[in-house]
Amino acid sequence: MTTNSRVLEHKRVVEISSTRRIVIGIVEILIGLLIYLAFAAKTTAEALTKFVMTPGGIDQGSMADWILPSKITLTVLAVISLVIGIFQLIRGFKKWTNLMVGICALCLIFGFLVWQAAGKQLNLAGMLSSAVLLAVPITLGAFSGILAERSGIINISIEGMMLMASMAAAVVGSVTKNPWLGLLGGILSSILLALILGVLSIKYKVNQTISGTVINIFSAGLTAFISQKFLQHIQGLNNPKMFTRVPLPGLANIPLIGPILFNQNIFVYLMFVILIILQLALFQTRWGLRLRSVGEHPKAADTLGINVIRTRYMGVILSGLVAGIAGAFFTLGSVGRFDEGMTAGKGFIGLAAMIFGNWMPIGAIGAGMLFGFADAIGSKLSLLGSAIPPQFMAMAPYLITMIVLAGFIGKGQAPAAEGEPYEKE
Amino acid sequence: MSEEKKDLGQEILKEINQDHPKTEHTKKPFLGKAAIPLLAIVTGLIIGALMIAVTSQTVYAAFGDSIGKGFVTAFTEIGTAYKALFTGAIGDPIRMIDAVKLGDAKEIRQAFNPFLESLVQSTPYIFAGLAVALGFRSGLFNIGVEGQLFIGAACATFVGYSITGLPAWIHMPLAFLAGALGGALWGFVPGFLKAKTGGHEVINTIMMNWIAFRLTEWLLSGPMTRPESGGMPISPIIQKTAEIPQFFPSPIRFHLGFFIALAVAYLIWWLLFKTTWGLNLRTVGTNPRAARYAGLSTTKSIILAMSLSGALAGMAGAVQILAVNRSMALGLSSGYGFDSIALALIGNTHPVGVVLASILFGTLRNGATRMMVVSSIPIDIVDVVQAIILMFVAAPAIIRSIYHLRKPKQEEQQIFLSGWGGQS
Repeated sequence: MTTNSRVLEHKRVVEISSTRRIVIGIVEILIGLLIYLAFAAKTTAEALTKFVMTPGGIDQGSMADWILPSKITLTVLAVISLVIGIFQLIRGFKKWTNLMVGICALCLIFGFLVWQAAGKQLNLAGMLSSAVLLAVPITLGAFSGILAERSGIINISIEGMMLMASMAAAVVGSVTKNPWLGLLGGILSSILLALILGVLSIKYKVNQTISGTVINIFSAGLTAFISQKFLQHIQGLNNPKMFTRVPLPGLANIPLIGPILFNQNIFVYLMFVILIILQLALFQTRWGLRLRSVGEHPKAADTLGINVIRTRYMGVILSGLVAGIAGAFFTLGSVGRFDEGMTAGKGFIGLAAMIFGNWMPIGAIGAGMLFGFADAIGSKLSLLGSAIPPQFMAMAPYLITMIVLAGFIGKGQAPAAEGEPYEKE
Repeated sequence: MSEEKKDLGQEILKEINQDHPKTEHTKKPFLGKAAIPLLAIVTGLIIGALMIAVTSQTVYAAFGDSIGKGFVTAFTEIGTAYKALFTGAIGDPIRMIDAVKLGDAKEIRQAFNPFLESLVQSTPYIFAGLAVALGFRSGLFNIGVEGQLFIGAACATFVGYSITGLPAWIHMPLAFLAGALGGALWGFVPGFLKAKTGGHEVINTIMMNWIAFRLTEWLLSGPMTRPESGGMPISPIIQKTAEIPQFFPSPIRFHLGFFIALAVAYLIWWLLFKTTWGLNLRTVGTNPRAARYAGLSTTKSIILAMSLSGALAGMAGAVQILAVNRSMALGLSSGYGFDSIALALIGNTHPVGVVLASILFGTLRNGATRMMVVSSIPIDIVDVVQAIILMFVAAPAIIRSIYHLRKPKQEEQQIFLSGWGGQS
């Protein structure tokens, strides 16, 4: 079994071609130049940036404010990026390449914030805290994608499942006045859609992208229909009790990290729990090995006595389960009511996070956090009175997704048998 | 690669791509090909009827009285709704016949207006459906029609209102082409990324959609806003010279754009099936490995196909602005992007099929507006019905088992889409 697992891992070696090395190096140098020329050069020498390090309305785990000299900080960030870029261009970081790209991206984002908040104050902790919350549906969407795709089924209907679950959670939560039952209702509705996806793509061998589209159109139509026919007239159906913040004892008192990670609602904790379970189950258990083998080489798996069809159904249903939690987040963990089209493409961004994270749970959560952070910057900066139109800030996550897909993930790391219906001979 | 070798490859491809058992093909009756879509539509409408009955409170009240009364009420509810759907979509037959008998031109126009309005609603669908179909033919899934449509509309609007003093025969085509060009640009980007970096077009086109929404939001509330709008995101009204003409006086909106759509559909059919370029494109779409073997450039083909697909979507936006709306607001599209996917598939990714499917859905949507007024059934029921029809078309085995149809000897597979890895 260990040898099998090693063979499967073997295909996933990240190769970095010399063109990629050079392109990435140039991009990193450009980031450095951008930080220096666009941000640092335009800041006065005496300007101070004040970051508030405790989210508003929370008294546990508070931390003193950070007061940074804007120009010096920006220059340091620019130098870090330039050094990384030059080294990348000459020698290359090999397997640390993506990490270094990440550090440069962080320099860029942090530099941008320092520049925008020069001479003002910005609640950085509040921004991070809302970034974690915004990352929840994206990350869970990515987990949902991983579960289906590792078993060989492309699931582009995560968006539709989330939308349906958000409505079902709102209705069940309102009627029963119990958020836990609401969550359950959301999960069940999403699993139902996942079953349809499974039957269409496994039993009827419909092209998986098309069966996913069927579900997306169906749930957009049905949720809008029910919302207009019932939810908008009957208040009692769209007024669920929400999950509230639950500070974790002890952990919530850690400065900075406590308020951001351990003083959130149940969905944030669920996200971390699922991360750990998924990461362990996929790569440390027989179950995970089987799931992956069905996604990589179903014929071989079948020969070894693994039931391909059943394993794929399981992958799809679990994918629906996680998408259901992500959907319930919108109504029970964030907004408190159902609105038409409220998932706003988060399911698709989740798919992008899955690809960015290289079909690994740990990578997916990193990507999800990045997207969540980009979202949070957009909403906070418009409050700060930035000169950049808020619409352009709102484009950032989408642009980042495209750049990431184009440049940094390389090709062919998806499960090999993905998208192909399995035909037993 | 030498000329000769390439020619040989082309020959082989032509051989492979021919609908080889020609005799069998001609024997097949028209209904054989259309049976699945037709039955899918009928089944979809039946399920829609069930939905109307199940979500109606009056029906539940009647069932409370007695079961017989319940069924009667359910059927009358469905009857009223579908009658409204029909008269809203086609017109009231009695009024139409009376009008023709009377011979009054104005009355005839008004009696037939619902039908003409259905064609108006179908027009953007034809363009958008063709956009997706063209993508499918070349192995690409363009979910970005919505965004391409928005950018196309914005470009057409800009050319439409900002340029003055041009004669109509230059200005109108210019604005329309600007729309096509804007859409083409929005399709080119994901096409280029797919061909050069392998970034999957499904994700990239969706991302481009959201960028397009934000961009138009900014344009309409900033640089392109109507001065007297007071901050509302709406553009100025286009010049008279940029308008695509409507044939009849208001309120009848039937316009030249419908015929432009038919002409474009013919053009796409000709491109796909009568030119070498179309053959190459279809080969790349159905069998990329064979295409590479024959020395075709998949890169060029992918970029061209996505740009052209985007251009068609841009035309959908342009025609809506220039012929109907005459200015751009944010609520321009009612989900053309996803609808067009359904249209392309129901039309079997063939231009003729797409035109027919578009007219069907334009008609349904137009009728559903009236149904909403009469029976207060939300228009979104059309989406649900559409999804169900699409499901049946995609999985013909379900329809066959419902209606006990025999399985055809050879299943035709029209659409080949790759996984995220990009290469197959």
